[in-house]
Amino acid sequence: MNWSRLVPVAVFMVLTVFLAIGLTRDPSVIPTEMIDREMPAFELPELRDKTVNVTESDFVGEITLVNVFGSWCVACLEEHPTLMQLSEDGTVRIAGVNWRDDRDDALNWLVKHGDPYETIVFDELSDLVIEIGVTGAPETFVLDPTGRIRYKQIGPITPDVWKNTIRPVIDAIEQETAAGAAGS
Amino acid sequence: MKWGLVLILSFFWVGAALAQDEPALETEIVDTRTEAISKTLRCVVCQNQSIYDSNAPLAEDMRRLVRKRVEAGDSDDQVRDYLRDRYGDYVLMTPPFQLNTVFLWIGPLILFGLGALWYVLRLHRTPQNAAPELSDADRARVAAALNGEDA
Repeated sequence: MNWSRLVPVAVFMVLTVFLAIGLTRDPSVIPTEMIDREMPAFELPELRDKTVNVTESDFVGEITLVNVFGSWCVACLEEHPTLMQLSEDGTVRIAGVNWRDDRDDALNWLVKHGDPYETIVFDELSDLVIEIGVTGAPETFVLDPTGRIRYKQIGPITPDVWKNTIRPVIDAIEQETAAGAAGS
Repeated sequence: MKWGLVLILSFFWVGAALAQDEPALETEIVDTRTEAISKTLRCVVCQNQSIYDSNAPLAEDMRRLVRKRVEAGDSDDQVRDYLRDRYGDYVLMTPPFQLNTVFLWIGPLILFGLGALWYVLRLHRTPQNAAPELSDADRARVAAALNGEDA
């Protein structure tokens, strides 16, 4: 038996394994660069009250979910009940980034499906969205009380995602904050 | 005297022409640079298109951002770094040469090298069906046959 004859087979198998792994990966999920960075400075109008400007300082002080959504975004409807529930229970502060939307469409959408947001940034031309490296909606950033980005959820926050992914992140931040407060 | 006047007037004329052309020229430079930079940046919602080629709204907004940075006086690399800082290496159409892309860049070279090595080794190992050496007895037989003798 000439073992060198098996070399092409071995090469082919290695290649197959690589390609098989490649198939299981979602190319639309781009790893974020924003983790552990401060929320960038911005100043954009509020969706519901255009006389008010929202800035990054509005997200400081407590743990905040910053949720990128739009009335055009179908997947956003999937997470909306979860966000409504969180808002009703007062579990966590939720801020919205209304992305590339028409103001009236967005307001109608909120009337129809409910409004869980404390503040909503009206980001008509992706100004904030590009600053925080968003690639699609829905995306949700978890900010700690100092305004630092701690986690980014790509895709809808289903009850499962909330329970298994977001909640633990929030718990960890809370523990950290409590430890910091006790230490100082 | 007459020529002096012409000279003076021509200065005014040139000055006026420059003043008129300058903004147009500058816009053209900004256009060209925006286009060139946009072609090197990948659209993050449409996989294999540059933001120059893509019609996606986000690509459109990114092109506007590129133009804004160019107008603000950023160099080409500064504009690319601005977006790379926010979206990672993914936004670059040409992957940078770094630790996690080493194999991507030199992989083909390694494969070519291995192939060449294999070919050269093979060439050395099997001699090209060289004709068997003739012994003295063989030569004698050949000579005899040529002379018409029966060996």
